[in-house]
Amino acid sequence: MQTALVKCTINGVPTETVVDVRASLTDMLRNDYRLTSVKKGCEVGECGACNVLIDGECFNSCIYLAVWADGKNIQTVEGLLGPNGELSDIQQAFIDEAAVQCGFCTPGFLMTAVEILESKKLYTRDELRKLLSGHLCRCTGYENILNAVEKTMKRRLGIPVE
Amino acid sequence: MYDMKALYEATSVEDAIRLLTEHPDAKIIAGGSDVLIKMREGKLAGAELVSIYKIDALRGISMDPDGTIRIRPLTSFSHITRDPIIQQHINVLGEAVDMVGGPQIRNIGTIGGNTCNGVTSADSASTLHAYDAIMVIQGPDGVREKPIREFYLSAGKVDLRHNEVLTAILIRKESYEGFQGHYIKYAMRNAMDIATLGCSVNCKLSEDRKTILDARIAYGVAGPVPMRAPSAEAAAKGQPVCPETVEAFAKAALNDVNPRTSWRASKEFRMNLVEQLAKRALKEAIRLNGGEI
Repeated sequence: MQTALVKCTINGVPTETVVDVRASLTDMLRNDYRLTSVKKGCEVGECGACNVLIDGECFNSCIYLAVWADGKNIQTVEGLLGPNGELSDIQQAFIDEAAVQCGFCTPGFLMTAVEILESKKLYTRDELRKLLSGHLCRCTGYENILNAVEKTMKRRLGIPVE
Repeated sequence: MYDMKALYEATSVEDAIRLLTEHPDAKIIAGGSDVLIKMREGKLAGAELVSIYKIDALRGISMDPDGTIRIRPLTSFSHITRDPIIQQHINVLGEAVDMVGGPQIRNIGTIGGNTCNGVTSADSASTLHAYDAIMVIQGPDGVREKPIREFYLSAGKVDLRHNEVLTAILIRKESYEGFQGHYIKYAMRNAMDIATLGCSVNCKLSEDRKTILDARIAYGVAGPVPMRAPSAEAAAKGQPVCPETVEAFAKAALNDVNPRTSWRASKEFRMNLVEQLAKRALKEAIRLNGGEI
């Protein structure tokens, strides 16, 4: 078995582990770090369930080799929680807007939402639709997810939400 | 786990060439959004891979002193769209690659991979053809340059020998200066889809905006490889900016293309798209150039 040392920062914590070079980043995050918010869905980069932030940009971790994570800063949903396990504003908005049903797509959507919110820009509904288009959700019909992201974006920018 | 025999991580272009020479069966992996999916499907199962993904020298966009735009092959689609040089001089390329897959795919997918896999539907390829892009290729014996039209050999095959690496895509100043372009991707849905037909048009108008000085058009999926439509270009060059010119331009394009029937669409439907998209894209390119039609 061919292995490689991967040193990276995961949710703010510097870590290192030895991985099989055949492993995807999904494999490493789930198996080596028990970050099971990173879901195995299609495993071909279509559904977005395994989406994580790498250096602030969204990537489907299923089609990203674990060895490429060396030197990178990785964020998953587990990193959104406050020091006492409090939910972040975007997670709470998903609950308030009923944007979660089975929950399988939710962590992926949340991380894309984080990338959108951290850009600190005001997007139109159509732009948000495009920015969220890399995720499949078979339960909600997407409207409530859009509502949750749109309202959180407006709240963070100090724009009144009805 | 991916079913690969071995992974060799290259640290530089020279290192990649050495690794490819040492491992004659190895394939290059850049972002992996094609290679890893083929591997998952079993088509590349058991392959050896030479990864060039970590070679940061192959990332980014710059302008040479003579005005040539140099796009390094590992630049991701999203970085191309956001790049100020692209936005200023060939905005249509940024718009075209913003239609690839979805947001996460545009963060991992690279323009070098999009061209080197030789696929006719690549959203970047028609615009690169329409701007006379030059492919810079490095091998064990040095560097060579190849116009993109000669780079594509046949479906899925490009002029890249086993131990060669694409190191830059160049757009010369005379190819972009004064031109404005528009790309239309016709697909069944807006995200995560492959073009049924892609059409990229750009043109240059006279100072009074009444005459088309030059027009260029290229298609994806109108044949086995991305292609220009020289008859259409000839029909518009030197002609007045008017609906008749646009009609003649679009009709002439039909002489140059050779689409096939696939499960995505029939040949007849694609022929119709060839004509309709040429019209719409030329009209928009004229409008972007300050012309009225």
